[in-house]
Amino acid sequence: MREIMPQTIGIPKETYAGEKRVATAPEVVEKLIKLGFAVTVESGAGDGASFFDDAYAAAGAKIAKSAAEVWSSSNIVFKVRAPDAAEVALMKEGTTLISFIWPAQNPALMKSLAARKVTVLAMDSVPRMSRAQKMDALSSMGNIAGYRAVIEAAHHFGRFFTGQITAAGKMPPAKVFIIGAGVAGLAAIGAASGLGAIVRANDTRPEVGDQVKSMGAEFVGVDYQEEGTGTGGYAKVMSEGFQKAQRAVFAKQAKEVDIIITTALIPGKPAPKLITAEMVQSMHPGSVIVDLAAEQGGNCELTEPGKVVVKHGVTIIGYTDLPSRLAKQSSTLYATNLLRLTEELCKTKDGVINVNMEDEVIRGATVIKNGEITWPPPAPKLSAAPPAAAKPAAAAPVPEKKKKSGGGMVVFAGLAVALFALIGLYAPPAFIGHFTVFVLAVFVGYMVVWNVTPALHTPLMSVTNAISSIITIGALLQVAPPAAEGRPEELIRWIAVVGVALTSINMFGGFAVTRRMLMMFRK
Amino acid sequence: MPATLSTVSYIGATILFILSLGGLSNPETSRRGNWFGIVGMAIAVLATIFGRRLLGTAEVPIVTANGYAYIVGAMAVGATIGLFAARIVKMTQMPELVAIMHSLVGFAACTIGFASFIDTSAVFPTAAEHSIHIMEIYIGVLIGAVTFTGSVIAFGKLSGKIGGKPMLLPGRHLLNLAGLIVVIWFGYQFLQAGSIQAGMLPLIVMTVIALLFGVHMVMAIGGADMPVVISMLNSYSGWAAAATGFMLSNDLLIVVGALVGSSGAILSYIMCRAMNRNFISVIAGGFGTGGGAAAKPGTAPAGEVTPISAVETAELLREAKNVIIVPGYGMAVAQAQHSVYEITKLLREKGVNVRFGIHPVAGRMPGHMNVLLAEAKVPYDIVLEMDELNEDFPNTDVAMVIGANDIVNPSAQEDPTSPIAGMPVLEVWKAKTSIVMKRSMASGYAGVDNPLFYKENNRMLFGDAKKMLDEVYSALKG
Repeated sequence: MREIMPQTIGIPKETYAGEKRVATAPEVVEKLIKLGFAVTVESGAGDGASFFDDAYAAAGAKIAKSAAEVWSSSNIVFKVRAPDAAEVALMKEGTTLISFIWPAQNPALMKSLAARKVTVLAMDSVPRMSRAQKMDALSSMGNIAGYRAVIEAAHHFGRFFTGQITAAGKMPPAKVFIIGAGVAGLAAIGAASGLGAIVRANDTRPEVGDQVKSMGAEFVGVDYQEEGTGTGGYAKVMSEGFQKAQRAVFAKQAKEVDIIITTALIPGKPAPKLITAEMVQSMHPGSVIVDLAAEQGGNCELTEPGKVVVKHGVTIIGYTDLPSRLAKQSSTLYATNLLRLTEELCKTKDGVINVNMEDEVIRGATVIKNGEITWPPPAPKLSAAPPAAAKPAAAAPVPEKKKKSGGGMVVFAGLAVALFALIGLYAPPAFIGHFTVFVLAVFVGYMVVWNVTPALHTPLMSVTNAISSIITIGALLQVAPPAAEGRPEELIRWIAVVGVALTSINMFGGFAVTRRMLMMFRK
Repeated sequence: MPATLSTVSYIGATILFILSLGGLSNPETSRRGNWFGIVGMAIAVLATIFGRRLLGTAEVPIVTANGYAYIVGAMAVGATIGLFAARIVKMTQMPELVAIMHSLVGFAACTIGFASFIDTSAVFPTAAEHSIHIMEIYIGVLIGAVTFTGSVIAFGKLSGKIGGKPMLLPGRHLLNLAGLIVVIWFGYQFLQAGSIQAGMLPLIVMTVIALLFGVHMVMAIGGADMPVVISMLNSYSGWAAAATGFMLSNDLLIVVGALVGSSGAILSYIMCRAMNRNFISVIAGGFGTGGGAAAKPGTAPAGEVTPISAVETAELLREAKNVIIVPGYGMAVAQAQHSVYEITKLLREKGVNVRFGIHPVAGRMPGHMNVLLAEAKVPYDIVLEMDELNEDFPNTDVAMVIGANDIVNPSAQEDPTSPIAGMPVLEVWKAKTSIVMKRSMASGYAGVDNPLFYKENNRMLFGDAKKMLDEVYSALKG
C-alpha cells in the first residue's frame, strides 16, 4: 500500500473585481482539518467577508503570502468565482478545482482548464437531489440574493413597504411582484412580506403555487395550459402561446405594482426577456425593478448588468454581485456547501479525496476529470420517479393477501361446519347445552372487544386477567363438597385451597391494578 | 340460598362481566366497567360459597360449612399478596405483572383438573358422558399447563431475566408435532384407562409435555412479538377457565372463560394486524419468525447520521408549530414519561400543537405507552393512534422519537425484503425534521437496521432518554 499523504486545500483570494466572498470560513477550516486535510489560505482572502488572517491561522490554516504560493502548494483549490486566465495559468497538473464554473456559458474556460490536465468540480452542476441539498450552493446563494434584492429595492424605493395611517396622512403599502418562485424568489417573498409589503408572485411551474402561498404571497398564475417543469425541478422554455399569455399578465401587474423582482432563469440558456420596455414605461414613476438574472442577460430589456440605471423614471437594478454584498453570510454558507461536498469526496476521512464517478452527486458535479471534459453528465434520475415506481409495488401484495385470507375463510368455515356436525351427531345432550353457551359467549366476547380503543388495551387486558380468575369457582367447588364415599377428601381440599389462594392473587391484584391504571386516564 | 337463586346469580354475574368488558372499550366508561367486574366477581364467588346445587333430585350445598375457614384463609392470603403487588408495581412493569398473573390462572386450571380427576364421587349416567368428562379434564389440564409455563417464560423475558432473542431449536416444528402426537396418543390411553391409578401416568406425561411446550412456544417468540404473546396468553387463560367449566359442568365458568378467551384472541388479532404478522402463526407459537429470520441479511443502509445536542433540540422545538412525539419502549425503560409531560406542558403553554403518535405495538404490551403517558398525566385526547396521525407528518415541524425503533422504520415500506416489510409504521421521516432519541446505534428488537437514522432530515440525540429530555426541558425553560 502506498503511503497516504494528507492533501492540501488552498483558498486563494478572489480576483474578480468587487468580489468580497471567500471560499472558506475559519470555523469550516477547523472541520476540514478534522477530515485530515491541510489548509492554506492566501493572506487577505477573507478581508471582504470580515474573516481576517489571524482567525484563519487560529483555526489551523497556513497563511500564504501570494496566490501563486497557494496554487503551487495545493492539491485541491476552493474558489467562489470561476478562475480567470491568470489563475488558470497558475494551475498545475493533477490539481482539483472546486468552484462555480457555468460550463454551458464558458466553453473557452472549459477548454483551457482541460488543457491544464486538472479535475474540476462545478458547484453550479451539483445535481438537484435531496441527498445533495447540503451541497447546493446555488440554493444558498439564491437565498441570499433574494433577500438582498428586496433590501436593494427598499433602498432605492422612495416609500415605506408597510402601509401606515399616521397623523401626517395615510401611506399605502408597497406592492411587490416577484417573477420566478425558486429559492431566490421565495426568499424575496419572505423578505418583502416581512417588511410589510403586499406580495404577488408568478412562476411557470404550477406546483410552486402552494410554496408561494405558504410564504405569505398571492400566486398570480398564467391562464394557459402548459406544464412548466423541466428536468431536476428547474423551469424550461415555454411555448410561444404561453409566453404571449404570460406577457399580458406581466403587463397588467407592471401597471399596478411598485416593485418588480425578477428571478427567472433556465439552466444553460440566456435569461428569458419577460419585462419589455413598454412595461417599464407603464410603471409608476419611482418604481424599482431588481433583475436577479442580470448576469445571464437580464429578464428586463432595459437592464444593464452590474449597474443601477433609471429609465422612464423607474430604477432598474442589475447588480450581479448580490450574494457578495452579504459577503460574510454568503461565504459562510458557501464554505459549508464546500465542506459537505468534501465530506462526500473524502468518506474515509484521511485527508485524501476520491472523485468517485459512480456516485451520482459527484458524477454530476465533475465537469472535467483529469483533463477530460465530462460535462454534461448523463441525465439525472428524476426526483419524482421513485415514488411513482414504489406505488404499484406497494399496491401489488394487497390483493394477493385478500385472496389468501378469502381461501382461509372457506377452509375455516368448512372446519367449523365439520366440527359442529361431529358434535351434533355424537355428543350427549348435557354437553350440547354447555357447548351452546360456550359458542354464544365466544361471540359476545368478540362483539364486545372488537371496538375497544387501543389506548385501553392494557387496562382491558388486566381486567380480563382479573375476570379470568373466575376459575376460582372451580376450586371453590372442590374445597368442601358434601362428603362422598371413597374420595380422598383431604388431598382434594388442599389442592383446591392452593387453587383458591393463587386465583385470589389474580382476582384482587387484577382489579386493583386496573383501577389504579384507570384513575390515571383523564382528559 | 336455593339452587335456582345460585343460577340466577350466575346469570347476573355473567351480565356484569360482559358490561365490564364493554365498559373498558372507552375511557369515559372504563372505571365503571372495572366496578362491574368487581361486583360480578363478588356475586359469583358468594353465590358459589353459599349456593346450593341439585344432586339427583335433592339440593346440596356447593360448599359445606366446614370449608369456609379454608376459603377465607386462602382468599385472605391471596388478596394480601395481590393487593400488595398491585400497589407497588410500577407502570412500566405492567406487562410483567399481567404475565405472571396469567400463569396463576394456568396453574389453577391444572390443580383443578387433577383434583377433579381424583374425585371419584362424580357419577355419569352414560359412558359417553364419562368419556367427555375425562377428555375435558385432559384438555383443561393441557391448556392450563401451556398457559402456566408460557406465562412464566413471558414474565422472564419481559423482566429481562431471560434474553429477548427468540430461541429457535433445530427442527422445532417437528418437535412440536411429535409432542402433539404423543399428547394425542396418551389422551387415548387416558380415555381407555379404567381406574385413577391407570389414568394418572398418561395425565402426568401429558402435563409434562404441555409444560415443556409452553416454554418452547414462548421461547421461540422474539421480543418484538411480546405484545401479541401477552394478549394471546390472556386468551389461553380464558380457554383454560372455559375448559374447567366444561369439566365441572359449570356454565358461569364456561361463559366467562369464553368471554376472556375470545376477547384475548381478538386483541391478539388486532396486534398481529398492526404488525402485519399472521395471527395463526403467532398463536401456534413462533411459526411466523422463521421467514423473518431467514430474510434478515439485507443491505445495511449506508450514509451518515447527524447528531444533535439537547440544546439544539430545544431550539427546534421552540420554533416548531406542530410537534409529534412518538414514544417507544425506550421511554418506558428510562422512566422518561414524566419528563416528556413537562416538555409537553411547556410547549403547549407556548402555543405549540403537541401530539403523541402511538403505534399499536409500541412497548411490550398492548396499550403500554398509553398507560405510561396517562400515568404522567398527559391528557388522553392529544394521544392519538397511528392511523389518525400518519397523514399529518408532512405538516409537522418536528417529530420526536423517544426510544422507539422498529415502529418508525421506513424499510417496512421501502424494502420488500426486510423482515418487517409491510408492517404499518409511523412515517416520522415525512416531518420537516425528525429527532430520534436513542442510547446507541443498536438495532431494535426485530434486529433490523433503520434507514431513518441516515435520512437527510433526521437528527440523532444520543443518551439516556430521561437525562436527555431533562436537558431539553431545562434548555427550553431557560
